[in-house]
Amino acid sequence: MKAIFKKELRNYFLTPIGYIFMSAFFALSALYFVQGMVYYQVASVAYILSPLNMICLFIVPVITMQLFAEEKNKKTDQLLLTAPVNVSEIVLGKYFAALAVFLISLAVTFIFPFIFFAISKPILSEVIGSYIGFILVWSVFIAIGVFISSCTESQVVSAILTFIVLFVLYSWDSLTSGVSVVWIKNILDWFSVLKRFEDFQIGLLNLPNIVYYVSVVFATLFLTARNIEKRRFN
Amino acid sequence: METVIEIKDLVKKYGENEAVKGISFEINRGEVVGFLGPNGAGKSTTMNILTGYISSTSGEAKVCGYSILENPNEVKKRIGYLPEQPPLYFDMTVYEYLSFVYDLKGVQEDKEKHIEEVMATVDIGKVAGRLIKNLSKGYKQRVGLAQALIGSPEVLVLDEPTVGLDPGQIIEIRSVIKKLGEKRTIILSTHILQEVAAICDRVIIINNGKIAAMDTLENLSGVGKGEYLIRVRSSFSNIKDILGNFGRVENMGHTESGTVDVKITTDTDKRADIVKTLAGSGVDVLMLRPVEHTLEEVFIKATGLAETEASE
Repeated sequence: MKAIFKKELRNYFLTPIGYIFMSAFFALSALYFVQGMVYYQVASVAYILSPLNMICLFIVPVITMQLFAEEKNKKTDQLLLTAPVNVSEIVLGKYFAALAVFLISLAVTFIFPFIFFAISKPILSEVIGSYIGFILVWSVFIAIGVFISSCTESQVVSAILTFIVLFVLYSWDSLTSGVSVVWIKNILDWFSVLKRFEDFQIGLLNLPNIVYYVSVVFATLFLTARNIEKRRFN
Repeated sequence: METVIEIKDLVKKYGENEAVKGISFEINRGEVVGFLGPNGAGKSTTMNILTGYISSTSGEAKVCGYSILENPNEVKKRIGYLPEQPPLYFDMTVYEYLSFVYDLKGVQEDKEKHIEEVMATVDIGKVAGRLIKNLSKGYKQRVGLAQALIGSPEVLVLDEPTVGLDPGQIIEIRSVIKKLGEKRTIILSTHILQEVAAICDRVIIINNGKIAAMDTLENLSGVGKGEYLIRVRSSFSNIKDILGNFGRVENMGHTESGTVDVKITTDTDKRADIVKTLAGSGVDVLMLRPVEHTLEEVFIKATGLAETEASE
């Protein structure tokens, strides 16, 4: 797993992908920071991070599209799948590399809370909760991107499909808002990725929410591994 | 001799299409075996199953006693695989790539020394720092071979290692493989007959998903036991009358004046009887030798047989 993680992480910074991702992330978080501070006088991490979830629709497909699709297309998957490693290690290595690019980008935004603390009195639990929630939401989105990349040989198809799925997840609450039957609405709300994020933004570390995100990541990565295994039997 | 590779009743179906139809063979330690067959015969599929890249529909593949289904990682540790298209990452330098393969395979030897040795074996030391995408096809193939050698596997599986190379590169790669074959068990697929003759001890001819012939090169080229070329000082009609009872007699023309070359096909070795009969009839026998088949002839004959079997 370590070898694959290192190779993928290195690959992100050998090609423009890692830099595009990080630049987009920095630029937009800085934009929301300035907008919040100067125009709305809000010293809130949630205010900066929340709109960035929308950006993930565009940049998560970019960092996940090549992970498996390119290996299959260039037939380098023959090296990985004939090496004495388990498929789960390959999947985890790739997933953690993509997650690492995101975490490195996120680490730079740590400067904003420090500025907030210097000039005002933000609530610490909200800051920590927002970051944890944000990491969990993006962990789910990246896992979905990894899974879709394992379904196709084309990076373009992988990126478009990931965008569509993430768009549906991002718009889930608006899409389901018209449902008037209470029990159906409750079920649909249970699936909402972003609704649970709201609890984190107000500093509420709710265990079922954490379990939900971790379970979705685990299930998606499990499906990715099964998908690759299944291909060997076709 | 110890059996290293054991394939038993291997079947691979892609939907309705059966790519491999119950292949069985064994390969002993130290052998260099050529897997010969036309394109689409099932060579790559068999190799992909053996190396664990794809799974068989039924049957068994074992390497050093380990089943690819039950102990895939034990099998993979013992195999170095060069697929038809070398699995190279073009944005890496040769050294970075081999270093990645070393880490991926979890090799326990001294890393730097091991990679240096592998690079020396396939003679790529001078391009170690170059990006793979900038290398010639011949060098890319060598790097592919080097990755198969990382971890010093006892079995090498090489799928068409010389395809797409120029004649000079082909000779170089062949000599590298021949050198590797001194210490390892190698299974090498190709559809180039000369390659088998140049490198392999034994040949498995596969056609239409079935084994059409499997033997040493000497035995295969002697498939025509019972076929003899005779040069006699006589006429063809006379010889046909004299030898007609032994088997089929064919006129092969003449190369010396006053003589005729005749090919006779018999069921068993009847050379002594033929010479006695000719001498008894007062015919001068100037030459008698068995007809040796070229590998091309063996291949055509074997694959032709397979097609007949398939249609039955």
